[in-house]
Amino acid sequence: MTEPIIKVENLSKRYWISHEKGPSYATLRDELVKIVQKPAEWIMGKKSEKEHIWALKDVNFSVNSGEIVGVIGANGAGKSTLLKVLTRITPPSDGRVALRGRVGSLLEVGTGFHPELTGRENIYLNGAILGMSRKEISSKFSEIVQFSGVEKFLDTPLKRYSSGMNVRLAFSVAAHLEPEILLIDEVLAVGDVAFQKKSMSKMEEVSKKGRTILFVSHNMASVVNLCKRTILLDGGKIVMDGPTSEVIEYYMGLKENKIAEVVWSNLDLAPGNEEAKLHKVRILSDDGRPISEADIQKETQIEMSYWNLKEGAKLFVSMHLISSQGITVLTTFNAPSVSLTKDEWYDKEKPKGLFKSICKIPANFLNEGMYFISVFITSYDGMMINHAVKEKVISFNVVDTGGMRKEYSGPWVGVVRPRLSWSTEYEGNK
Amino acid sequence: MEHEIVIKRRQGLSSIDFKELWSYRELLYFLAWRDIKLRYKQTVIGVGWAILQPFLMMVVFSIIFGRIAGVPSDSVPYPIFSFTGLLLWNIFSNSLSNSSQSLISSASIIQKVYLPRILLPTASVIVTLVDFLFAGIIFIGILIYYNFTPNLIGILLVIPMIIFTLISSLGMGFFLSALNVKFRDVRYALPFFIQLLIFMTPVIYPISITPLKYQWIVALNPMTGIIESFRTALLYETPVDWNLLTISVVMGMILFVFGVWYFLRTEKTFADVI
Repeated sequence: MTEPIIKVENLSKRYWISHEKGPSYATLRDELVKIVQKPAEWIMGKKSEKEHIWALKDVNFSVNSGEIVGVIGANGAGKSTLLKVLTRITPPSDGRVALRGRVGSLLEVGTGFHPELTGRENIYLNGAILGMSRKEISSKFSEIVQFSGVEKFLDTPLKRYSSGMNVRLAFSVAAHLEPEILLIDEVLAVGDVAFQKKSMSKMEEVSKKGRTILFVSHNMASVVNLCKRTILLDGGKIVMDGPTSEVIEYYMGLKENKIAEVVWSNLDLAPGNEEAKLHKVRILSDDGRPISEADIQKETQIEMSYWNLKEGAKLFVSMHLISSQGITVLTTFNAPSVSLTKDEWYDKEKPKGLFKSICKIPANFLNEGMYFISVFITSYDGMMINHAVKEKVISFNVVDTGGMRKEYSGPWVGVVRPRLSWSTEYEGNK
Repeated sequence: MEHEIVIKRRQGLSSIDFKELWSYRELLYFLAWRDIKLRYKQTVIGVGWAILQPFLMMVVFSIIFGRIAGVPSDSVPYPIFSFTGLLLWNIFSNSLSNSSQSLISSASIIQKVYLPRILLPTASVIVTLVDFLFAGIIFIGILIYYNFTPNLIGILLVIPMIIFTLISSLGMGFFLSALNVKFRDVRYALPFFIQLLIFMTPVIYPISITPLKYQWIVALNPMTGIIESFRTALLYETPVDWNLLTISVVMGMILFVFGVWYFLRTEKTFADVI
């Protein structure tokens, strides 16, 4: 049994809260008064205020070499504090951490970048601050430059760079950091989409080299992509530590209460514009009962009601089904070529009033877990106009009731879990 | 594993990890290099300022104190007299003003990445040596202009005197930079303090104008003995006052130890307070 590469034992971090008004840092005058009045306390550095919060409390976990672990949690859950303690930026109030290897930390990209220095100079400076040796930087220099795509501006001061170029350069330096343990905070949420993709694949490449990574993020999709294991923090404590999909699902469940029905009874407050507004969205069982837990073996109905406020409008309804990990499972609307059944009201001039559309999701189609519904009320008249848009308006849980569990009972990977036809043929003893 | 880092609660003083400091020597170099690079970016005469500044100061002092006030400098031309003092004084005063800002101007680094924080004020003190080199060139020019030959013993003392100056400067720099993290008053108080201190240090006047029995008090200012001894050794035939120098050097050491102590005591809260 090898020792874990990161071992965190009873880690706690306390912050003192001062209730003083005005600037957060004390003034010399206040301190001088204190020195005169309570010299002993000043020398010992005693805190006069008593209030404190535990940003981290008794956190225990260990990470084995080569593991990639995500850390998630709401704002203030202690994610950043954990990272700051692990990177030695701030000391813990209690507990112990052992890191067995060279540590690199990325709490932001471009730490120490200076606008007056050129791109070239900043690469060296930033690299050195992140813990690279001069030799290391020199040997990777051309690679860094190439990855960033700012070759032409290497000798231009950073202040002349666009913010995109700035971020690309910063990330490129960071991406070429090669410690045994990498502690990362949200750095992927930078740059344009194309560069984010590039960064993501770089991260995956890095992770395949057997490096140990602790990855703190708000972005569930990147946690899902990168980490097999995830730790959920809440109120400075570890709430859950396990396979990423399970932890994220649990976290989503904590965050969004499972609402089976959303109703706007007041027209003025309902989402939408002067042409159409959303009235009600709910989840119904196959026999029409409102539910929040759907049986995986039964048909589930999504009911969407809306007001048409303009005489003769041609409205249609579309729906997105989104998994708990943020992946859009499907998009559908009530057009003839899209729907299995004919929707009488599609593309018809509608009188003013309330309309109700129902979309049926077949049994044995979705996998178990939580799903969200986004609803769009749209008209098409040469161009598409969304009148009412409500993203993730409602969530429901698909519960595995065991229809496909006769032979196998382990975890079932996948966004959907349809029954498909299988056949095997014997092709002879070849 | 070659590396094992243990992070624990730090109580009281964190000790200096010399092995760690040594492993960060390249970063110290980069930080100093950055400060030098940044120093004269987007200025017209650039490095010329490093030459012009002490030169103009000497001219002003020579006119006001040398000519108008008639401060005695004995056999030595007053410009040489005052410039000798300014050489070392500028290391000290520039160190104080640079290093006091070193931590707060690197707040983002302190909050986002680990490094031995003591490197930051250290780098800003080291940078003042560059200014010293330029000022030294002018000094040689002035000596040639006045056709003045300095004593060999004085030239040999340049290096130790710089080291003594750096020790005092680092001590003050550690203290002030750490103090500035918590109390931004330092930014306003320090320029005034430095201006005041130059008149309490025999930079522009010889220590002989202070009454003999009070000289030891003046010597408590570490720069007093260093500047006075250096000047005597370099320019005059009279013997160096070793007592004066010893008091000042010891004071410099005390200042250094105090600076390191205060810095390490407060270091752990930097990231949270800054």
